[in-house]
Order: sequence, then structure tokens, then C-alpha cells
Amino acid sequence: MTTHLRVAAAGPSSTVQDRGRVGYQRYGVSVAGAADPLLHAVANALVGNPASEGAVEFTMLGDTLTVEGGPVRLAVAGDAALFVDDQPVPSWTSLRLRDGETLRVGALREGTRGYWAVEGGFALDPVLGSVATHSRSRMGGLHGTALKAGDRIPLRLDAAADRGEATLDPSLLPTRGEAIRVVLGPQDDAFTPAGIAAFLDGDYSVSHEADRMGYRLTGPVIEHARGFNITSDGIPLGAVQVPGTGQPIVLLADRQTTGGYPKIACVIGPDVAALAQKKPGDRLRFRAVSVAEAQAIHARHRTALAGLPGLLRAAGGFALYDSARLLGFNLIGGAVTGWE
Amino acid sequence: MSVTSPSSPSLSPRLLAAGDGALIVELGEGVAPALNAAVHRLDRRIADAGLPGVVETVPTYRSVLVVFDPALTSPDALGPALLDLARDLARPTAEPQRRWIVPVCFGGAHGEDLDDVARRANLTSDEVVALHCAADYRVYMLGFSPGFAYLGGLPDALHQPRRENPRMVTPAGSVMQGGAQAAISPIAMPSGWHLLGRTPIKTFDLRRTPPFLLAPGDRIRFSPITAAEYDRLAARDGLSPDQETVTDDQQGAAA
Repeated sequence: MTTHLRVAAAGPSSTVQDRGRVGYQRYGVSVAGAADPLLHAVANALVGNPASEGAVEFTMLGDTLTVEGGPVRLAVAGDAALFVDDQPVPSWTSLRLRDGETLRVGALREGTRGYWAVEGGFALDPVLGSVATHSRSRMGGLHGTALKAGDRIPLRLDAAADRGEATLDPSLLPTRGEAIRVVLGPQDDAFTPAGIAAFLDGDYSVSHEADRMGYRLTGPVIEHARGFNITSDGIPLGAVQVPGTGQPIVLLADRQTTGGYPKIACVIGPDVAALAQKKPGDRLRFRAVSVAEAQAIHARHRTALAGLPGLLRAAGGFALYDSARLLGFNLIGGAVTGWE
Repeated sequence: MSVTSPSSPSLSPRLLAAGDGALIVELGEGVAPALNAAVHRLDRRIADAGLPGVVETVPTYRSVLVVFDPALTSPDALGPALLDLARDLARPTAEPQRRWIVPVCFGGAHGEDLDDVARRANLTSDEVVALHCAADYRVYMLGFSPGFAYLGGLPDALHQPRRENPRMVTPAGSVMQGGAQAAISPIAMPSGWHLLGRTPIKTFDLRRTPPFLLAPGDRIRFSPITAAEYDRLAARDGLSPDQETVTDDQQGAAA
């Protein structure tokens, strides 16, 4: 019998994500994929999966999962309260659950998105090369949309081996600065100098219209130079589009492929995830960097991420993976998000 | 949005910054067949060039979004190479293109807005259908939702503003018009465009290889069918429309 995880209770928006659906934007297919690829990679690393494996991204509140079969090795990345059959267990640490045991992933104490991964991954058929869920087009994931109570998620591995568990100290992860860094363009010439100054000098807050597709912000009005319609063109990750209201919308993983509002700037890859961890009411400022600076930030980020497997420690004094396995984690690479 | 002459576009390629993982090559402004044809020529050249680090491209009306892996290349390395590929795009080439003959059941329950479109254009519904079926449509781009094809080439007599009240759901396979454009929408979606008819052809079908029938740059002609033919064709699985090969030289033949 195939081992399953039964969703006893689902968080408000929990979706299977990987690094996204690459190569189909030209056909109108959104990339999707993890909104915070770093934490997604951490959850996978904790259970010994490559970073490209599908894992569940939960929003604010996690899911309650009961093992059918097993045992199942599972880990949560994110500061959430966890309970196995009502006994508290640590986050950022893999654990092995037996048939009938239930893991409850509670609310995140920090950030908006956490991830849980299972060793071996989910037994789901990729759609156009990816298991990433894109709810708006009902593509990928378990049934094209968010997990719901009663779902049974088939696992690729019937029984996880009895071996040491892994843990990671999240304070060692790359820190995220206050400002959200942007490169101006592609249509910064569609705005007045006063409009660009308002965008770069103003305080913005995340509105309640904030999801995996985009974050609508409220703050100083960004003045257009000549109307707010452009001939529809492609939308890069992190694009800041400004519709007629003058209030910016930052477009994230589930964004539409094309659009007709001018884009004043694009958030750089490493900061897209930082933004996606903010919640309604959070405040933020933008800071312009040159393309060369953005490239340098990206390179530093890759170096930090390359060291991620080295941050894994054995939990409870057991021997962890051998070094060959660590090197095989492949936490770098993948251009989907521009973050790795 | 300007509409320029269909022949001899004056292309002025320029690079636009698009963050740290993408660049945009913009060839001009507005919506025009020759400009869009140049976009598709550039898109093909980028694919053929195999530039290191290029992940995917999104050709649109007048530009190509080039997504790259910042670990493998940079705007400094990629930009000049892309501008180089954007030289001499204005001249039409004789590269073969696909033209699909797409069967459409116009009007009635299949196209609720046909009569309204005709009334606003001071035409009969049959005349509107005849105009649509005589038009030589070009897939300007696919976007918005999976397989949604924006078609350029809507006859001037049919240009009309979109609906004031967008519909929350339009049926899969809808053939529509909005503003100066027509579209085929393979999946049910909200839309403010006018519904003219439905095609039994599934232009997006995950069970088929390839799942997307239409590609940016393809040409389309509509062919009218009856409701009975629609039902008969819709019941068949894996149906593909007839296809012929045309070249850029023939563009605008119906304009």
C-alpha cells in the first residue's frame, strides 16, 4: 500500500510548490513555484531531498497531517509551533512519524510563509515539468489548488529509514535587510521625476490584497508621465506595476505572464522572497540599486546558499549524512526565481 | 496605443532593464503586424543563437522578455548579444509559418454577443461572421492565462470597446473580440471581451503532445460551422484543425 499523508485540517492557503514551471510563459503559463525559495530549500535539505523537490508552502498557519503507512520523515522550515499527537516538537528539525501519528503545524511566529517537506517527496505527476500549484489556472499540485481537509497526499517513499535526524539553526541563514532593493525599469520613463521620487522616498505598507500573485501596496501616489496604459508586455519576477490609482503592485511567483500597466522597477531576486514574507500592515521602503550592484548582491547570496548544507547538524547526537550526500544537495542553481 | 502602417516598420531596438534576472528587447511602440512579425523573428533568432544562461523568452506585441540565470550570465554580457541579434529585423523573410484553419460555431448560445456586435457596427450578423472568416489573423502573443491567444488583424469595421460589465466566466473555446483585437480562449475565464462563437478545437489540452496548439507568430483563419458540426467535432478527442504553410511575404493579404 502506498504511504499517504492525510490532511486532517488544512491551513488557509497551503500549496505544493517546487522551483516553478519553466519555459511555458510564452504560452501564457505562470511560473508559480516557492515564494521563498530559501526556506523551501531548507525544508527539503532537512529531509535529505534536492532543492528541486516539491514541498508544501503554507501561509500563516500550517496543516495537520496524519500518517497512513510509513514511517514518514518530515521537516518544517519556519518558526511554527509543532505538535506530534499534542506533544511539542521542534521546528527546523527532521522527525520520523509512524503509522497513525499526527503532526500539527501551528501558526508562524514570524513571516508569512513556511514549508514542510517529506523525505523522497510527493508521488505527484508533474504538469508541464513541474508539480508547482498555480491555483488561478488550476494547474499542478494535488488537484490544481490548495490543500483541503480530507486530501490524501501520496508519497514516493513507502518507509523512511531509521537514521539520524537533521537540524538547522535559522539564525545562521542569510539575514534580510530592511529596504526592498529594486532596479529601475523597464518603464521608469512612464513616470514623472516626482513619481519616481515618491516611490523611492516613501513608506509603503502591505494592503490586504496580498497573495502569491502579487502584493498591492498603499503609500505615496506614484505619478504617471502620460497615462497608465502601455502595450501589454512580459512581466518579470518582482515587477512593480503601477495602475491608474498610482499605488504599486509587486508581482510575485503566481503573476500573470503579460500585462498592460507600466512597471516602474523590478525587485531584485533575493528581496522578492523577503517581500513575500511580509503580511498585510507591514511597512517597507524601496531602495534603487544599479544592475551591477544587483549582480553583486546575487553573487553574495549564491555563496551564502552554497554553504547551506554545511549548516545542517545532527539532531540528538546521531551521525548525520556523509559528506558526499551533503554535496549532492544542490541547493544552488535554477534560474526560475533568480534567488538561488 | 498607436497603430502604424503594416509595411516597413521603422524598428528602433533598445534594451530595457527588468531586474537582475531578465532583460527586455523592445523593437518599437504599439500594435502592428509588421512590428509583431519582427518580434517573432527576433524570438526565433534568440532561440537559434543558444546564448549561455538564457532560460526562456516571452515574445509580445512589440518586445521580447528574455529571462536569464544570473549565475550564468549578466545584462552586460547578454545585452550586446541581444542587440546584435535585433539588427536587420525589418525585412520580411520567407520563413514558413503555420496557418491554422479553426472551425467556429458563430452566434446563438455559442456566441452570445454576435448580434450586439453586428448592431453596433451597422452590419448583419452574417456580415460580421463573413468579415471574421475573411480576416488573416496573426497570433500576436499568448498571455494572461494558459493558451490565451491575442490575435491581430480584426477588420477596422469591427473595432469596438470592450463590455462595460465583464463576464465572470466565459466558456472554454470562446472566440472573442475586444478593442482592435480578437482572441481564442481555451479555458473558462472572466472576460470583458465580446463572445462571437466557440471552437470545438482544444487549443490547450494537457493530454496532447504538444499541449499548446498555437504558438506566437502563427496565422489563423476562421471557418464557420453549424451547431451540429460543433457537437460532432467537440465529441472527438485530440482533434487538430487543418494547417497550411504561409510566409511573412503574404502578411496583410487580407488587410
